[in-house]
Amino acid sequence: MASDSLLQVELVAADRLVWSGQAKMVIARTTEGDVGILPHHAPMLSVIIEGVVDVQTAEGETWVAAVDAGFLSVADNRVSILSERAEMSHEIDLEKARAEYDRAKQAGENDDEAAEALRRAEARIRAVERAS
Amino acid sequence: MALSVREYRARIKSTESMKKITRAMELIAASRIIKAQQRAQAAAPYARELTRAVSAVATFSNVDHPLTTEPENPQRAAVLVVTSDRGLAGAYSSNVLKEAERLVEKLREEGKEVDLYVTGRKAEGYFKFRQRAVVQAWTGFSDQPTYDVAADIGATLISAFLNDDDTEADEDTPPGVDEVHVVFTRFRSMLVQEPQAVRLLPLEVVEGTEAPEPGDLLPLYEFEPSASEVLDALLPRYVQSRIFFALLQAAASELAARQKAMKAATDNADELIKKYKRIANQARQAGITQEISEIVGGVNALADANAGQE
Repeated sequence: MASDSLLQVELVAADRLVWSGQAKMVIARTTEGDVGILPHHAPMLSVIIEGVVDVQTAEGETWVAAVDAGFLSVADNRVSILSERAEMSHEIDLEKARAEYDRAKQAGENDDEAAEALRRAEARIRAVERAS
Repeated sequence: MALSVREYRARIKSTESMKKITRAMELIAASRIIKAQQRAQAAAPYARELTRAVSAVATFSNVDHPLTTEPENPQRAAVLVVTSDRGLAGAYSSNVLKEAERLVEKLREEGKEVDLYVTGRKAEGYFKFRQRAVVQAWTGFSDQPTYDVAADIGATLISAFLNDDDTEADEDTPPGVDEVHVVFTRFRSMLVQEPQAVRLLPLEVVEGTEAPEPGDLLPLYEFEPSASEVLDALLPRYVQSRIFFALLQAAASELAARQKAMKAATDNADELIKKYKRIANQARQAGITQEISEIVGGVNALADANAGQE
């Protein structure tokens, strides 16, 4: 029954499969707030926003990824996270992310696009910090 | 046989250097095609999951979305033509353009006006030469498209589709369209690529390839925040992913077509070189024969003259 109490997770970006494997828990940020998904979660489809996704693997490790806006779907212990862009924390260049954050901050938060860029940069920095 | 040996030698040389170029292009296309196929494969999980999600929403909610509703009286259609930026790929671009012309003709017969959107310099040049208006053109990425480009194209087409005819007063934005079609080349195999016209919008959510079996029930989903909002976010991405798919297929097809064309060109160059070499050798031999007969003739003439004196 071991495989029954684990989640089969797929983190998918538009142009590649970023991560897939088994996990005990997945935490993601939806438009309504953070959700934690444990095995046997009810089927769900929700919209996620720029943020950090935490995956606790079966071996007790934690993977962190920064994602863009996208979707989360849960069904039959299968979790798929779809996002146009997604990066694992170890793939992110922290300095670049910081520079982007500063640039986004200077651009201001007046329009949606700038706010989105800011959230994206923030998510990437947070992903790296959380992982280390 | 009017040309001299020297001229044939020059021709052989230039054909040989052409052969080097076509051979190099063939090899480059062959190596890129593998990458293009890998990219297409890497994009498959996203498309698959997205299709699952869309069909799940479509099955479990009765929400009508503007992107899926058929307009009652379609009058204007947009056609996105996907071609290459560079030539030297055999009939690749002209096949797509022919297919596009067929579609445009068909739409016109149905009484719809057609707005053209194109990607790739070949299509841009084709329509510009014929002085036909192109609403928007994207160029410079045909052999390795990125998702950003697809997202940009998708956003443009969706906004054209959602644009109501009431807002036509605005001069800058083109009038709204009621249908969106895509013409691209589907990559069947290294040898077969076929141009295809597909209607993109309004969306037909039930995907033929992914139809769930009757016994295999989709789970009852909870939607967060709500089914309509999920659909709102889902459908534009679905459209973009379909466009991305078309671009990737077109890129792989372009490279395959180029490889084939360049292989044919290299083979042709080989033939030509062989032919020229034969003619050049013949000319060389003819020259030698002539020289010998001249010498012999000269000697004979001298001998005759000497004999006459004695």
